[in-house]
Amino acid sequence: MKTQMLAAIAGLGLLLASSTSHADQSIEQIYGVYCVQCHGLQRNGTGINVPALSVKPRDHTEAKGMGDTPDDELFKAIKEGGLAVNKSVLMPTWGRVLSEDQIKGLVKYLRQVCKCGK
Amino acid sequence: MKGLFLAVAGLTAVFLSSAIAADKLDPSCGGCHALAKPTDTSLERLLTRKGPDLWFAGSKFNKEWLVSWLQDPKPIRPAGYPYFKNIKKGAKHDEIDQSKIAAHPKLKKADAEATAEALMALKAPADLVPAGAFKGDMKGSRMGGLAFIKFRGCVACHQGENGEGGLSGPRLTDAGARLQPDFIAAYTSDPQRFDPHIWMPTSNLKDLDVQRLTAFLVQLGQGGK
Repeated sequence: MKTQMLAAIAGLGLLLASSTSHADQSIEQIYGVYCVQCHGLQRNGTGINVPALSVKPRDHTEAKGMGDTPDDELFKAIKEGGLAVNKSVLMPTWGRVLSEDQIKGLVKYLRQVCKCGK
Repeated sequence: MKGLFLAVAGLTAVFLSSAIAADKLDPSCGGCHALAKPTDTSLERLLTRKGPDLWFAGSKFNKEWLVSWLQDPKPIRPAGYPYFKNIKKGAKHDEIDQSKIAAHPKLKKADAEATAEALMALKAPADLVPAGAFKGDMKGSRMGGLAFIKFRGCVACHQGENGEGGLSGPRLTDAGARLQPDFIAAYTSDPQRFDPHIWMPTSNLKDLDVQRLTAFLVQLGQGGK
């Protein structure tokens, strides 16, 4: 009975889509859906939206600028948006779309892209 | 336990009424668009989608616009759907790869009218697009325009007035002709309630911002009314 109940609740959860499954997505895939629109396929701030942007998106391959930015600031910028770290409003808040683990994964991924660390 | 059965029964009723409306549509529509609320809410589904979900089309579109657009379907999303499958590296920045964008089928008038009728029957649940989500105050449209371009940065992804803006989101130059005001307000407040992984983020906007942005978008494409 307990098992059936749990299965029913799990099924309802799926139907209502009220909870988002963040199961093991490739971080690169996540970058390719959300970040690439501004930061670009080459990860250097040359995304498809760039002509419309008054502020150039961060070049994630640039070791100096990225290296000077600590992990917690990158995490905050992704989760709460550019304004939360005194940067542009054009960097939106991704905290309702991505889980904390996914954002941590992105920070780690950015360190690979810039070949730098903080 | 009784509550659980009631919840299941309620959901089943919603799905059945949507299913009846969806049955009236050409089956080929379902090849690219979800005509019933998807049970798969994973990111994988987003990656394999060929067109936007239409299970709440009746709460989203203006019927008159649908009839006209289905007969002459000019692209709404400059980079197609999903944008990330149709871009390539360019000399200065990424560009749209037009060769990857398939044209939407063009319908004859009678078919367009029947399709629009069936799409309008695909209603969102009342709590997803509440009637009166946009309170109707158009005085905020000027401030909404400033929010769109400057303070909230919507223009980064959407083309607004005069077709100026980013390319990864749908063009909003004619938003007022295309979209219902209550939908604009509800979707802008929380896109993830409609589509858990959609690449438009929830911006934690205050209701005043939502009302102003909606007023701005409602007057776009309506001849300055």
